[in-house]
Amino acid sequence: MGTRRISVTVDGVAYSDDVEPRTLLVHYLRERLGKTGTVVGCDTSNCGACTVHLDGRSVKSCSVLAVQVDGSDVTTIEGLAQNGELHPVQQAFHENHGLQCGYCTPGMIMQAVDLLKDNPDPSDAEIREGLEGNLCRCTGYQNIVKSVKAAAGAGSVSAGVAGGAA
Amino acid sequence: MTAVDETTGAKEFGQSRRRKEDARLITGRTKWTDNIVLPGMAHLAMVRSPVASGTIASIDVADAKASPGVLGVWTGADLDAEQGDLPCAWAITPDMKHPRRPAVAAGRVKFAGEIVAVIAARSAAEARDAADKVLVDYDDLPVVLDMNEAIKEGTPLVHEELGTNVNAVWVFNSGEAGTGGNVDEAIEAARADADSIVLERTFRQQRLVPAFMEPRSTVVDPTGEQLTVWSATQVPHIARFLLAVVLGISESKVRFIAPDVGGGFGGKIHLSPEEVATVLIARKLGKPVKYTETRSESIQSAHHGRDQIQRITMAAKKDGTVTGLKVDLLADMGAYLGLVTPGVPVLGAFMFNAIYKIPAYEFKCTNVFTNKVLTDAYRGAGRPEATYAIERMMDTLANELGVDPLALREKNWIKHEEFPFTTVCGLTYDSGNYEAATSRAVELFDYEGLRREQAERRARKDPIQLGIGISTFTEMCGLAPSRVLGSLNYGAGGWEYSAIRMLPTGKVEVLTGASAHGQGHETAFSQIVADQLGVPFEDVEILHGDTQITHKGLDTYGSRSLVVGGIAIVKAAEKVIEKAKPIAAHLLEANVADIEFDSGKFSVAGTDKGVTIQEVALATFAAHNYPEGIEPSIDADATFDPENFSYPHGTHLCATEIDTETGKVTIRKYVCVDDIGTVVNPLIAEGQVHGGLAQGIAQALWEEARHDESGTLTTATFVDYTLPTAADMPFFTTDMTETASTSNPLGVKGVGEAGTIASTPAVINAVVDALRPWGVDDIQMPTTAQRVWKAIQGKEFDASVGAKDTRDGSHEAAPGNGAPLWSGNESGGAQ
Repeated sequence: MGTRRISVTVDGVAYSDDVEPRTLLVHYLRERLGKTGTVVGCDTSNCGACTVHLDGRSVKSCSVLAVQVDGSDVTTIEGLAQNGELHPVQQAFHENHGLQCGYCTPGMIMQAVDLLKDNPDPSDAEIREGLEGNLCRCTGYQNIVKSVKAAAGAGSVSAGVAGGAA
Repeated sequence: MTAVDETTGAKEFGQSRRRKEDARLITGRTKWTDNIVLPGMAHLAMVRSPVASGTIASIDVADAKASPGVLGVWTGADLDAEQGDLPCAWAITPDMKHPRRPAVAAGRVKFAGEIVAVIAARSAAEARDAADKVLVDYDDLPVVLDMNEAIKEGTPLVHEELGTNVNAVWVFNSGEAGTGGNVDEAIEAARADADSIVLERTFRQQRLVPAFMEPRSTVVDPTGEQLTVWSATQVPHIARFLLAVVLGISESKVRFIAPDVGGGFGGKIHLSPEEVATVLIARKLGKPVKYTETRSESIQSAHHGRDQIQRITMAAKKDGTVTGLKVDLLADMGAYLGLVTPGVPVLGAFMFNAIYKIPAYEFKCTNVFTNKVLTDAYRGAGRPEATYAIERMMDTLANELGVDPLALREKNWIKHEEFPFTTVCGLTYDSGNYEAATSRAVELFDYEGLRREQAERRARKDPIQLGIGISTFTEMCGLAPSRVLGSLNYGAGGWEYSAIRMLPTGKVEVLTGASAHGQGHETAFSQIVADQLGVPFEDVEILHGDTQITHKGLDTYGSRSLVVGGIAIVKAAEKVIEKAKPIAAHLLEANVADIEFDSGKFSVAGTDKGVTIQEVALATFAAHNYPEGIEPSIDADATFDPENFSYPHGTHLCATEIDTETGKVTIRKYVCVDDIGTVVNPLIAEGQVHGGLAQGIAQALWEEARHDESGTLTTATFVDYTLPTAADMPFFTTDMTETASTSNPLGVKGVGEAGTIASTPAVINAVVDALRPWGVDDIQMPTTAQRVWKAIQGKEFDASVGAKDTRDGSHEAAPGNGAPLWSGNESGGAQ
C-alpha cells in the first residue's frame, strides 16, 4: 500500500510523515505522534471522544483522513493549556465536576471551546445542542452544561480563540 | 474549604473538594490501556461469528496468514487444549446448569459476536485486514431467542449437552423462611374478600448495553518472570485470581493492572474471553500483545444487562394496605454465564418489597439460556428491576383504588421510628427516613401545583398532557457481608482491604483494593484519610488498581467502594494511630496511657507537650529512638468485612409532558431527594446521582438492545443503540437528606447505583399517568414516540379519570381546592 507525505502542525510542533491514504487523523495522532490524550470511543462518528481542532474548528478526528490535514494546524486536548495555564474551559470542567471517568472529556472540552467561539454567551439549551455530537455516559451532562456556562461567564471565548489555534 | 465540624473535628468530611483525578483527565495526560505501547508489541484482531447458533464446518485461514504483517492466526481448535473454561462465580442453586464457556469457540457458536479466531499482526490495521480474510463456513442451527419459548418442551436447546434451556430456578418464600407469611394464602384470602383486591401485571425489562465510553482493551507483557496484564477492568484483583485459575498458572506469576479506566457500570466486571485470548497469544509470541475492541464489537460481545420478564401479583386491602406480593421472573442469561450472571436476579430478590411493610412475599426466578450475548451486572444489577416492578405496582394499585399514589406509599412504608426494621426478606434496614426525603421532594417539585396543572390540561383535553411519576426507592448495596454472600453460595466474600504507608517525609500512601473507574476515589478517600490522620489532603496519595501494589482487594461494583473500601481505610488509619502512640509516648517521655491523638498531633494529656504524626513517621523511619519490644513501623493494614448491606433511599418525582399528536415524551421536571447517609464529598455524590439518573431515564425512554429473528443484534453501533445526548437530558433538581447509617463508623451509604435504580419507574409512572385518560395502564420500555402514539390510537379520552383519582381518594382532595393531596407527615424532620 502506497503512502503519501504530509506536513502538519500539531499542538505547535511541525511534523512531516509518510502516511497510508486510509489512515484516520485520530490514528495518526495516537499511533504516530503519541498524542494519546485524544481517544477513540466508537466506530461510527457518534461519540465525539476524538474531537480536535483543525485550523481552529472542531472536527471528529475519526472522520478526517490524515492526508486531509496536510498543511493544516491541529490542536488536541494536549495543546489547549498555554504556558502551564489551563484553558478556562478545562478549569471550568474541574471546578464544576464536569467529568467523572474522563474518557469523553478531551472531546467534550474541545467541542465546548469551539461552541463558545461561535456563541460566547450560550443558553443552557444552546449548550446542550452544541454538545449533541459528544456522548458522555457518566455525568448525565448536567455538570458539563454547568461547566460550559461557567467558562462562558469566565470569558473563555477570547482565550479559546487565541489559545485554541495558536 | 476547611471549616471544622464542631462535633466530629472533621475538616475534610462533607467538603466539596475538587477532584485530584481531574488534572490528568482534562489535559490528556491519561493512561488508558489502549495508550500503552511496548517494544515489539503485536496487535490482535478477533474474527467473530455472524451466526447466533451453528457449527463451524470449516475455517480457512490461509489468506489471513499470508496477509501483510501477520504474525499468527489461531482458531478455537488451535487454542482449545489450553484456553480453559471462563468461570461463573455464583452457582445460585446446587443443581444449576453451567455450560462450558470457551474464550474462542471451537466447533460450535452460540451467539452472534462470539470469537472464532484470533489474528496477531504488527499493527492493529494489519490485524483487522487479515481478520477479513478468514473464511468461516457455518452450518446454521435453530436459534432460541424468546424466553417464554425457550422453556417450552421441544424447543431447540442452546446447549444440547445440558438437556434444558433452564439455567436454574431460585425461590425465596417468606413463609418457608420464617420471615413472613405465606403469600399464596394472602392472595387467596384477598380474592375471597370483598374489601380486598388482587392485581396481576407483567412487566418487561428490556435488554440494555452498559456502554461505558472507553472500549475494553487489554495489553499483556509476557516478558520477565511475571505476566503483566493491563486491562480496562473494574476488577483487577478478581480477574487476576480467575486468570490464574482458568489457565492453571500461579497467581503469584500474574500482575493485573487497571490503569485509567473509562467507565464500567458493571460492564467491566469479568475475566473476558478477549483477556484470556490476549494472554494466550502473548505467551505464544513471547512478546507484548494488545487487543482493543471496536465499539461495535463491544456492543455485540461485552455483556448486556437487565432482560427480564416480571410477572407480579399483589394483594391489598381496599384501604391501600398491601398484604402480599408474589414475583415470578424469567431472566435471560444469554448463551453463557459470566462472573455473576445467574445471581443478578437474586440480587433483586430481596428488594421487591422495597420500603414497604409487606407481610407475605415470594420470589421465584427461572433463569433461561438463549442464543444472545450473555447478560451480567449493569448498574444496579437486579435492584433496578425490582424497584421498577414494585413502584409500577404501587402506582397501579393507587390508580385501581383511586387514591393518591404518594399517600398509598406512605400508608405502607416503614416509618422513621420503626428503624432498625427487619423486612419480609429477613434483611435488617439499619436506618431511613422516607418521610423526610419525600417531604423535601414534594416541596421542591411543587407536587400540588403540578397536579393542578395536570387536572387543567385533562379538563381541556390539551394536546400536551402532563403526567406525574413517583418512585420511593431503597436498595441494598455495599456488597457485601461475606457470610451473607456465602449463604447465597457466591464464590467469594465481600470484604475490602486497605493499607497505609507513613512515609518519612510525612506524606501518606494509601492502598485500597477498590478499583476506581470514574468515581473519584482518589479525592474522597484522601478526604477520609486527611481527617483520620490529621494530615493535609494534598499529602495523601491513593494507590489502587494494581495487584502488585495492593495484593488484596475485591474491587469496585455494587456501590461498595466507600461503605466497604472506605471503612477499611478508616480501620487501617486507626491501627496507624495505635502503632504510633507508643513511639510518640517514647519521644515525649510520657506514659502511653497519657497520650491523646487529635488532628494529627499526639499530646500528653494535660500538658502542651506534643509531637505530630509526621514527626513520629520520621522518627520511626530513622529508628534511632523507639521503645523496646515493638517494630519500628507505624504502617498498618486492615481488612474490613461489613456486618450489613447499605440501604440508601430516596424519593424521585418526575413530570413528563406528552405530545399526544406525535407521542413524543419530554421530561418537564425531575426532582430527587436521596438519602445516602452522611456525605464525604457532596460534589462527587451529586455527580453520581446525575449519572445514575441519566442511565435510568435512558432505560425508560430510549435504550434497547434488539435482535432480529436470526439472532443478529440490530443495535450494535451508537447509531442504533441510542445513548442520550446532552440535548435529550432534562435538568435535574437534586437534594439530599442525611440519615446516618448505623452500620459503619462514618454513617455513609452507597450512592453509585441509586439514581439508576430509582429513576426508571419514576419516568414510566409519569408517562402512564399522562396517558390514563385513554385507559392506558402500562406501556413497554423504552417509551418511544411510536409506542406512546400507538398506545392511545383509537381509544376514548376520559377527562374525568384524573379528577376521580384524587377526589375519590383517601385524602378527598380535588385539585385546586387547597387541601393537600399528600399529608406530608414530617415527623422524621425534613432537612
